[in-house]
Amino acid sequence: MTTALTHLQRLEAESIHIFREVAAAFAKPVMLYSVGKDSSVLMHLAMKAFYPAKPPFPFLHVDTTWKFREMIAFRDQMAQKLGFDLLVHVNEDGVRDNINPFDHGSNTHTHVMKTVALRQALDKYGFDAAFGGARRDEEKSRAKERIFSFRNAQHVWDPKNQRPEMWKIFNTRIASGESIRVFPLSNWTELDIWQYILQESIPIVPLYFAKERPVVERDGMLILRDDERMKLRPGETVENRLVRFRTLGCYPLTGAIESDADTLEAIVGEMLTARTSERQGRLIDRDEAGSMEKKKREGYF
Amino acid sequence: MTMRHIMAKSLAPTDGVRDYLAAQEKKSLLRFLTCGSVDDGKSTLIGRLLSDTKQIFEDQLAALERDSRKHGTTGDDIDFALLVDGLEAEREQGITIDVAYRFFATPKRKFIVADTPGHEQYTRNMATGASTADLAIVLIDARQGVLRQTRRHSIIASLLGIRHIVVAVNKIDLVGFDQAVFDRIVEDYGQFSRDLGFQTIVPIPMSARYGDNVSRRSESMEWYSGPTLIEHLETVSVDEAMVELPFRFPVQYVNRPNLDFRGFAGTVASGSVAPGDEVVVAKSGKSSRVKRIVSYGGDLAQAAAGQAVTLVLDDEVEISRGNMLVSPAARPQVADQFAANIVWFDEHALLPGRSYILRTETDQTSATVTDLKYRINVNDFAHEAAKSLEMNEVGICNISTRTPIAFDPFAENRTTGAFILIDRISNATVGAGMILHSLRRAENIHWQSLDVGKRVRADMKNQRPAVFWFTGLSGSGKSTIANLFEKKLFATGRHTYILDGDNVRHGLNRDLGFTDAERVENIRRVAEVARLMADAGLIVIVSFISPFSAERRMARELMADGEFIEVFVDTPFEECARRDPKGLYARALNGEIKNFTGVDSPYEAPENPEIHLRTLGKSAEEMVDALEHWLNERDIAEDQYDSGGGI
Repeated sequence: MTTALTHLQRLEAESIHIFREVAAAFAKPVMLYSVGKDSSVLMHLAMKAFYPAKPPFPFLHVDTTWKFREMIAFRDQMAQKLGFDLLVHVNEDGVRDNINPFDHGSNTHTHVMKTVALRQALDKYGFDAAFGGARRDEEKSRAKERIFSFRNAQHVWDPKNQRPEMWKIFNTRIASGESIRVFPLSNWTELDIWQYILQESIPIVPLYFAKERPVVERDGMLILRDDERMKLRPGETVENRLVRFRTLGCYPLTGAIESDADTLEAIVGEMLTARTSERQGRLIDRDEAGSMEKKKREGYF
Repeated sequence: MTMRHIMAKSLAPTDGVRDYLAAQEKKSLLRFLTCGSVDDGKSTLIGRLLSDTKQIFEDQLAALERDSRKHGTTGDDIDFALLVDGLEAEREQGITIDVAYRFFATPKRKFIVADTPGHEQYTRNMATGASTADLAIVLIDARQGVLRQTRRHSIIASLLGIRHIVVAVNKIDLVGFDQAVFDRIVEDYGQFSRDLGFQTIVPIPMSARYGDNVSRRSESMEWYSGPTLIEHLETVSVDEAMVELPFRFPVQYVNRPNLDFRGFAGTVASGSVAPGDEVVVAKSGKSSRVKRIVSYGGDLAQAAAGQAVTLVLDDEVEISRGNMLVSPAARPQVADQFAANIVWFDEHALLPGRSYILRTETDQTSATVTDLKYRINVNDFAHEAAKSLEMNEVGICNISTRTPIAFDPFAENRTTGAFILIDRISNATVGAGMILHSLRRAENIHWQSLDVGKRVRADMKNQRPAVFWFTGLSGSGKSTIANLFEKKLFATGRHTYILDGDNVRHGLNRDLGFTDAERVENIRRVAEVARLMADAGLIVIVSFISPFSAERRMARELMADGEFIEVFVDTPFEECARRDPKGLYARALNGEIKNFTGVDSPYEAPENPEIHLRTLGKSAEEMVDALEHWLNERDIAEDQYDSGGGI
């Protein structure tokens, strides 16, 4: 009788346990669906956790209106295929004020269209628990966060005063207006995610695979010109280059890498030789020291 | 400096990746923590482990170099601690506040390491990291030797079930790589820890900063022939063989998408199960058989410890979240009284008699500590008498729960023997508990089911039972209003009784003083007496200062729904002190009486009392009219409900 679980089986079981705990203990949970590879894994785990039932909560996409078009197409396709309840929220105040990453910078854009938008959506529907796909290996303030991470009624995270989290016994108690952010992938690494995608044949947005794409070199990053809203600066040209993305976000803030990895195996192979971390491609983390912690305290995922 | 991944060199494009992934699949996982006193080099060691196993990427290294110049404490060298101290406050103060989880792998194993804080005030965060670890690296500064925090962390690691210890004697370079220093520390640690139940204790002399004996064998310590840290971590066997233990399946979620499917979802805590196996519902003793083990990829032939599955049974047995499916041959204990080790996390001390929420992995109930047997002195393990457990203290308690829970002793099963305690008002996680054994009396005393019930007793008196709980400052008018209220009720033929603070303290509670712990016990006894009287069908009027909302809430939860009526006798402090009917305020303000409510002991006003009596400028008669009106309204409402219900 062989019963020792593999590394991935252990991670999968832990994540499923977390999903069920939230479904059992909270009145109105929601899953934050960001369409990226971690969200794809999260969605797959949610389907497993409640099989043969569907996940007993809706999926929420906070749309900044600057996501890659392929992400939106993939999102709608998945919602239809898996039959989950998809909510899309846009910060209409931000749209009215024409907040965008080019004129207002990544900081303001992310704050208004992502952080504030998320708070609006959570308040609007009255969600008391929200799943996110964050992993502890991504960034050092995330490495400090609990799996069940408490937020006060203003959605604020207090990193200096987190609840102790013992064993698999989660404290799910909150007062009215307070909420919990829940991170089922806390203990997964980037390699685990890719390995699991490969093992389970989980669909992901094609942008992760190398392909000739029209990119502009700007501030040391390769930006995919996804639509006409991106105006070229003097001296800039659009070139077709063989690129792919390690992470996905708003297209003007997400750098492509030059790569010919067009299969999952090749992506994993490339990862193993990678010399930079995946958040390297994210402009928003570099704005200032401790920037992720600051955003998280304000309510960012 | 070039960074290359350790595995990258041997990779051919696709076959290589497959082979690599196949090898990854077979790797086992070790979860460990680093602990010990402040400045013993915990974070530096983790930085060293990550660096030596090539887990630090170029952009992270560049950021680290930048940060080292800004906040570093290692001169021109890279300060690895900054890699794990991820919070701004930590980098500014140069200390670790909360546990950080980091990940690395070697060709033999995968690791999740919890870097935990050394400061005493953050002990709860150390416990958080320890609760999911199988091994602890206890760091000791070679210049300092075994310190108070070294001992505290070792005791907590032992209580939380960690059986494997590495004693990392760090900064050995600063004592000239001296074997005598190492031997003395190892001797000290061995002496102190011999009763902590560790299975392995492996001492390693090292310099985390320079990497000696971390992954590279030190050339400066030829006298040391043991393993390097990495060698030991890669090979140590920590398997607890949870699968060998009796089957335990705490039911987490009942999955019922339609009338044809009813599955019990949960994680197998121990043992294994297969379709056809007999299982017993722990709390009811009813038995059934496993029909299917449902999973997304198809039904399974077996489910073992650690797997999250959904079980379908042969019969329609009653099971809800918090119950447990177990092996019929070896059942867990089911009891409402047991003894446990408690580690206390909260600034507000644990008080015997106060009611907390107790949570196991899936069950939840109210609990009180009925007896704090002793506190453990972390320096010498002495058992010390204690009336409360302060933050970061460890003690042994008897616990009583409102409903029975199913459990195993923690020493036999780390999953089914653990619980946490939650404060009822703040919802903070205030303590962690490890169950030792059930208390005999819990197994022997069963509630008698009596034919003459509460309803019958109350009906004979032609009334509905009620507990009017008067709370308010000393001198607020509670006794005056209570006495007048009782007279009026008596005049209308009601059967009543007054429990008054002063009277009860002269009899039932004469052994109690005025510390916080004794005030809690005072209220608990009165609440229990009031409950018995309500059960006898009486209208009870309790007139107690009862300053803490937690105790009033406990009293409320003792009574049947709608029977507890909180009456806030709201008279401002200045007015009470002015009236001062017993001359107590004058003495308390002079410092002659200690722990006087409103003076040097707090009064927590009710937030949502059923009846709020604002007494200023009003007569006692007006107050009593309001109470009577409320009671009549309630009885009318209930009578209507009763006749409409037809039962």
